[in-house]
Amino acid sequence: MADPAGLAPDVLLDVRGLTKLFPPRRSLFQRKAANPVRAVEDVSFEIRQGETLGLVGESGCGKSTVTRLLLGIHQPTAGTMRYRRKDGGSVDLDRLSEDQRLAYCTDLRIVFQDPQSSLNPRLQVRDIVGEVLKVNKLVPPSEIDAKVRELLAKVGLRPEYARRYPHAFSGGERQRIGIARALATHPRLVVLDEAVSALDVSVRAQTLNLLRDLQEEFGLTYLFVSHDLSVIEYICDRVVVMYVGQVVEIATSEALFTRPLHPYTEALLSALPIPDPTQRRQNRRIRLPGEVADPANRPAGCAFHPRCRFASEACRTTPPPLRDLGGRSVACHHAEMLDLKGVDTIQTGLPANA
Amino acid sequence: MSDVTAPTVPETVAPAARRFAEASQWTLIFRRFRRHKLAYASLFVVLGIYLVALLAEFVAPFSPDSYNARFTYGPPQTLKFFGTDAAGETHFMYVNGHRMSFDPVALKRTFVVDEKSVHPVVFFAKGEPYKLLGLIPWDRHLIGPGDPSQPMYLWGADRLGRDVLSRTIHGARISMSIGLVGVAISLFLGLLLGGISGYYGGWIDEVVQRCIDFLKSIPTIPLWMGLAAAVPANLDPLLVYLWIIIILSLIGWTDLARVVRGRFLSLRTEDFVLAARLDGCSRQRVIWRHMVPSFTSHIVASVTLAIPSMILAETALSFLGIGLKEPVVSWGVLLKDAQSILALTTAPWLLAPGAAVVVAVLALNFLGDGIRDAADPYA
Repeated sequence: MADPAGLAPDVLLDVRGLTKLFPPRRSLFQRKAANPVRAVEDVSFEIRQGETLGLVGESGCGKSTVTRLLLGIHQPTAGTMRYRRKDGGSVDLDRLSEDQRLAYCTDLRIVFQDPQSSLNPRLQVRDIVGEVLKVNKLVPPSEIDAKVRELLAKVGLRPEYARRYPHAFSGGERQRIGIARALATHPRLVVLDEAVSALDVSVRAQTLNLLRDLQEEFGLTYLFVSHDLSVIEYICDRVVVMYVGQVVEIATSEALFTRPLHPYTEALLSALPIPDPTQRRQNRRIRLPGEVADPANRPAGCAFHPRCRFASEACRTTPPPLRDLGGRSVACHHAEMLDLKGVDTIQTGLPANA
Repeated sequence: MSDVTAPTVPETVAPAARRFAEASQWTLIFRRFRRHKLAYASLFVVLGIYLVALLAEFVAPFSPDSYNARFTYGPPQTLKFFGTDAAGETHFMYVNGHRMSFDPVALKRTFVVDEKSVHPVVFFAKGEPYKLLGLIPWDRHLIGPGDPSQPMYLWGADRLGRDVLSRTIHGARISMSIGLVGVAISLFLGLLLGGISGYYGGWIDEVVQRCIDFLKSIPTIPLWMGLAAAVPANLDPLLVYLWIIIILSLIGWTDLARVVRGRFLSLRTEDFVLAARLDGCSRQRVIWRHMVPSFTSHIVASVTLAIPSMILAETALSFLGIGLKEPVVSWGVLLKDAQSILALTTAPWLLAPGAAVVVAVLALNFLGDGIRDAADPYA
């Protein structure tokens, strides 16, 4: 397939104008149809080969919908998702039928948030991890067991555990099984959908380090979805910040955390817990007034304006486009003028930047 | 960093830990079920009842239709142990004979126990010939009078002098099998329609659910009466039996369909089902390998709980005289004899089949409860 739009050589997945509207439920007795839920609207970002891209935002901001669109669980209402294939060509994932998508199910893998519900309790670990190998005939049936044991060893589980059922594992171990399942196909992009959010802090650190090691070993690309900024800061190269279905800021992890350009990012950063009580007094938490906007009734102009302390007339009427600003992108009319406060160091119980 | 990454695994895996860790879901369910003492005991009661129903000809002392006009409404005889008969022979088990007298004023037969007459009762007694399981010709009965010409009414006799115990045992066959067959039909309909409803959702779901609402809103007794009235009166008893089953399962499938639909709906959004889809599993494989096994235990529980309501429904229908009729022997048909006050005052033992219904229904309910509690071993 030709490459008309010129996918930059280091880009693995290029998302442009991705939009997903969920039509409202039609009620029998409701005359007027309600507004559709704009779960994701005009979201654009790119995932570069070998990087870890963070996707951050409050719950309900459309993070999960984005991952579901990427994986083909939902069909996008509009927008393109151009994917670079192994052979160097590119393919529009959004144009493929459900059957054609199957060809890429081994390339794009996911690790789920909840290690409890993402593993079938009726199957042994070897069947859970081996399912994808079996269904896609990636490995001859006689070799699946050996392959599973190898994968388990890779994620730090004893190979003998292959015969066990998920109920015999702790949360952290189950998540390792989930990771083994994702890695079974030698994927290129792994979506980590809140993959460490359900784990407690010490296990979280172990799992993050494991993910890093695996990334190095297999040259993986991660899309790391999380609402936890400390985790994002720890593992991500670049970060996409979303608010009510739209991207508000994209920057490298370092730039975003030291000097946010969007007032929403600043507010998110100010919510990071600071363990040192002497510092805590100096850093005042920015409390946003009001509620997160309803994706079915987004405010006119900038969606964030009702809660923004810098909102002006322009913010109320004109939606700010995502602008390029010195190697980073931000969707705010006043980005240049604002001097927003980032964080200097993050100490949240995770090991120092290893 | 390496020390953080190292997973915390024990050096040796104890066999006890392996026994738990490598136990499948069914093993866990069974272990949990066994801890439920009442349900576990009920399991054996239920199996026992079905075994008795299967081997009714052998277990029952007499055939359901053999009668003795001399013992109309004969009272139950007490089984006694170690008695000496007139010939001086001692028997392990025996019953006393009855002396009968007729009261010309009340026009009533009275039975008086005759302590002197000793009729031996033996195991594997020779009696009426029959075919075991419809195949093996035999003439031995589990228990019976040592002298086939002597009567033995452990649970009394009915209006025609037929043995209530034998009739109750034979009635188990129809009554218990109606539960099984009816539930099988309900299960088929429930799985099919509930599965379609839950898996596809949307307007299909809506249509199926409204049908269920409609069926459930019809008062059951009048519906049954209407349908039963439509069954031709001169039909073969076996066909009537089939008709009754179909009528009962027409209502019975709705509850099962609801259960199946609910499980499908909740499973559809489970991450592991999504994971299976993303693994590239076909729709068939997702349903049969990942979804259905997750709720079979719940289905087993629902089915077990549905059987007693079928049994009760059959009993009710036959009791009202719109279900099965003589000469078919079912618990409902037997209880029909106990309808009149007169019959009840002269022969209260005619209610014995009712006790059988209660035992069977209770045991099935306990069993179903136990399975339901054990069905989710992680709950």
